[in-house]
Amino acid sequence: MTATAAPVINVERLRQDFPILGERVRGRPLVYLDNAATSQKPRAVIEAVSRFYAADNANVHRGVHTLSERATVAYEGVRERVARFLNAASPREIVFTRGTTEAINLVAHSWGASALRPRDEILVTAMEHHSNLVPWQLLAERAGAVVRAVPITDAGELDLDAFERLLTERTRLLAVTHLSNALGTVNPVRELVARAAARGVVTLIDGAQSVPHLAVDVRALGCDFFAFSGHKVYGPTGVGVLYGREALLERMPPWQGGGDMIETVTLEGSTYAPPPARFEAGTPMIAQVIGLGAALEYLEAVGRAATGAWEEELLARATEQVGALDGVRLIGTAREKSSVLSFVMDGVHPHDIGAVLDDEGVAVRAGHHCAQPVMRRFGVPATVRASFAFYNTHEEVTALVRGLRRVRTIFS
Amino acid sequence: MPSLSELYQELILEHNRSPRNFREMPEADARAEGNNPLCGDQVRVFIRLNGETIEDVSFQGSGCAISRASASLMTGAVKGKTREQAAALFERFHGLVTGAVPATEAASLGKLAAFAGVAEFPIRVKCASLPWHTLRAALATEQS
Repeated sequence: MTATAAPVINVERLRQDFPILGERVRGRPLVYLDNAATSQKPRAVIEAVSRFYAADNANVHRGVHTLSERATVAYEGVRERVARFLNAASPREIVFTRGTTEAINLVAHSWGASALRPRDEILVTAMEHHSNLVPWQLLAERAGAVVRAVPITDAGELDLDAFERLLTERTRLLAVTHLSNALGTVNPVRELVARAAARGVVTLIDGAQSVPHLAVDVRALGCDFFAFSGHKVYGPTGVGVLYGREALLERMPPWQGGGDMIETVTLEGSTYAPPPARFEAGTPMIAQVIGLGAALEYLEAVGRAATGAWEEELLARATEQVGALDGVRLIGTAREKSSVLSFVMDGVHPHDIGAVLDDEGVAVRAGHHCAQPVMRRFGVPATVRASFAFYNTHEEVTALVRGLRRVRTIFS
Repeated sequence: MPSLSELYQELILEHNRSPRNFREMPEADARAEGNNPLCGDQVRVFIRLNGETIEDVSFQGSGCAISRASASLMTGAVKGKTREQAAALFERFHGLVTGAVPATEAASLGKLAAFAGVAEFPIRVKCASLPWHTLRAALATEQS
């Protein structure tokens, strides 16, 4: 680690903000290293959700009464906060969804409805989460289009020469993850988007894993779409965000019909509201959106540079210590990585590793991480994944290593 | 609180290390593949029949210690049994790992009783029962 000028964070104090971190599991203090699956929630988020239900609950965009007004102001206020958080040009570019998966499906249905002709190509990568792969496969089936995937190297980096070759005059969309959930690779998305955009290709970035760890500026990235989930960035489950460039959203048809997304409705037909309302049919997840707002406010108050620097240090330490254990093979050794350490151990299945670690109070993910093509690429059925957040500590890395030594003892 | 050593009994660890009947069977009369999409476990079961009797049975695949040891011990338990006896054994084994049959009544299951601890770890029930479901599927394909 080189010394950085980034401000340091007081981890012990910040841990106090997360009630669940005081839990005990199987008689030991919880060591939560499954942050890539979902993050824990600070009290500020839990209280914002609970306060909304206790004091402000009403439907949005409907009543003239005070509570509805309050709920609407709070809900739309979060849209403005998210727009600032991503540096979007306008809150009109922020669509609330149930999560990253729904955001991507929205684009696949709405943008995809008219954008593709038979034999057109959708370019993804071999490290996508199923949620940034299957919606495109479904779209390709509907449109007669073809999904192509940029291969990955042994280190878990995108093969950029292959990317150049795969970007053809038939390519209509580039859909790529910012940070791989299975490998921890941080992709050079700005460069990829620039090369795609230069050929008139529409671009979508899956930011589910990056938003909790890296500062994101959608205008600097230059992408057309960017999707992320609330629950991975310390907010509630059931809420996510689709950023879409306004000019593009305006041209896109609705994908779900219902209340809130219309302008006028007659029995003969309807006209639709402008974005983002056009894409938010029905009563939205109001409390969750308000919780997401509280999460982003909390994260910004802690300081993104500081949390990022600490997470980098945790990953470096874990990589060194876990990588040094006998019979451990790290899966994903890209030069640019963040927050995710995936590995396998000789002769021991990841599930058994996960079970032993759980017995030590250490929560990790063992499985294919919804990225089966990645597992196949590295010739493993599954991996163990430890994923870090800024509230993790050096002691927790030590607990992980201690647990892995016990795995060796049991299965030798 | 269920302890880890109840799950990973010595017999299970031993069969995980050196699984029995872990081989392909080119001359099999029936075969089936079982997958657990949740964890990526995958097992293939091969059977050679003589009338109603399972004359030989083997398996291949990759999975956790519980699923591998379960497959290994299953092959030992059903070899020489009739279809009907094998099906009845699966019933009782399933009851054991799901907790429907108390561990105290597990003695009649012989070595399979080693899986009694699985009942305390509900997410591992699928691991233990995957080879058995696959065996049943193989027997069904042969019948059809």
